Amino acid sequence: MALLQVNDIHVYYGSIHAVKGVSFEVNQGEVVTLIGANGAGKSTVLNTISGLLHPRTGSVVFEDKDLKGVQPHKVVEHGLAQVPEGRRIFLQMSVEENLEMGAFTQPGSTVEPGIADVYERFPRLKERRKQIAGTLSGGEQQMLAMGRALMSKPKLLMLDEPSMGLAPILVEQIFDIIKELHAAGTTILLVEQNAQAALAVADRAYVMETGKITLSGTGAELMASDEVQKAYLGG
Amino acid sequence: MSFLNNVITGISLGSIYAIIALGYTMVYGIAKMLNFAHGDVIMVGAYVCFFATGSFGLHPVAGVLLAMVVCTILGTVIEGLAYKPLRQAPSLAVLITAIGVSWFLQNSAQLLWGAAPKVFTPVVSGGLSIFGGQLNISYVTILTVVSCLVIMVLLSAFIGKGKMGKAMRACSEDKGAAQLMGINVNSTISMTFAIGSALAAIAGVLMCSAYPTLMPTTGSLPGIKAFTAAVFGGIGSVPGAFVGGLLLGIIEIFAKAYISTDLSDAIVFLALIIVLLVKPSGLLGKYVPEKV
Repeated sequence: MALLQVNDIHVYYGSIHAVKGVSFEVNQGEVVTLIGANGAGKSTVLNTISGLLHPRTGSVVFEDKDLKGVQPHKVVEHGLAQVPEGRRIFLQMSVEENLEMGAFTQPGSTVEPGIADVYERFPRLKERRKQIAGTLSGGEQQMLAMGRALMSKPKLLMLDEPSMGLAPILVEQIFDIIKELHAAGTTILLVEQNAQAALAVADRAYVMETGKITLSGTGAELMASDEVQKAYLGG
Repeated sequence: MSFLNNVITGISLGSIYAIIALGYTMVYGIAKMLNFAHGDVIMVGAYVCFFATGSFGLHPVAGVLLAMVVCTILGTVIEGLAYKPLRQAPSLAVLITAIGVSWFLQNSAQLLWGAAPKVFTPVVSGGLSIFGGQLNISYVTILTVVSCLVIMVLLSAFIGKGKMGKAMRACSEDKGAAQLMGINVNSTISMTFAIGSALAAIAGVLMCSAYPTLMPTTGSLPGIKAFTAAVFGGIGSVPGAFVGGLLLGIIEIFAKAYISTDLSDAIVFLALIIVLLVKPSGLLGKYVPEKV
């Protein structure tokens, strides 16, 4: 049984049909990526899973539980954490306070050890623990956003365009972190426009185009596919 | 000596403005709306205390506590019934609703308790007389200033260190991201209204103890002035409400004492205009650049 199952969801913004019948699954321990151009509906899918948007038809099932009607703040309690597009850390709060917010649903006693874990993974954040998050560099902000999401001890970590707006060297760092998290057993759903990097870390991948999934396969298969080469990898 | 007296009166009035301004600024910070009914919650608080102590003979402390409870419930109910359904509505609709709620409260008070002014009995009486009677400080004044300081310290600690206080800050910055953290945005907004309304009850009792005329429109002008104080200090900022409230009270009393009683309100608003021309975000308002 898949950890996350998305069954034929249709999502609308008013009268705009943004996601037109998307189905896919994520299994325990996998890194699954959803790639596609800007506007393909990838973030819409993530926000639907997080409960911020509601599918008109179709369902999102997590650990055999249908998430229909579950409010977004409750979705986190089920073990789903999202690192949103553009990071959206709390810019006026300190690094440590951001991490505390990530642990909002966790019992108080686990917050300290959780923060220690995040600092171990991201030593840069420890150096800047008292700093206001708005003063961090883009790469550090992305690390903070990921650390913050990990604070809720998610069973599934969803990353929305983690490489967006970052310098190439930082993009590499972020993908190294994704590999490390994968190696440590974290299940990850990764939404990316950077198809090359995403396919390189993914066990399985889906290609989205204008609201639909047009291709799927293992990361390696899609990397080799002519269509993906032409459309996304500049080959 | 009259100068010192004026300073003390100004600080005392300013403390009341500051306590009211906290309600405006916290609600604005989190819900991004101006709750123009806030001033009328003050009036309701004062009436509750008036009847609790006057008609039912309760101890003033019990009267204040009861007023706080009633206003907390009132604030939460107003938020739930009038503002919550408008969460996605344009801000103009929310603003007009707030004005509607303000009128509703004033007219309900008139219906329930009549339009005739009531004479409010101060919660404490007497005062200190120093320098051979040249300087008189009433206990109400002392209580007001001390209350304001205690509220500021407690509220700052709550917002700075408390889990729910931090959640309030998170919601005020980015509600979507706060939800992704598992924070219930709706209940956080309700809590903010509850705190603001409890403070309004305290402000109402203190204000009517210093200026003992109580009628259905009692909260209206102080409400507007406290809103001005919140903007003056930087709306959304808690220390800003404190500084703005105090300055406004002092400016108002000085204008009354040294310039003209009739013009004092005009001078207060002139000060606001000047501050906004020089620093549009208010004295302590923050401009936070966004990193892309």
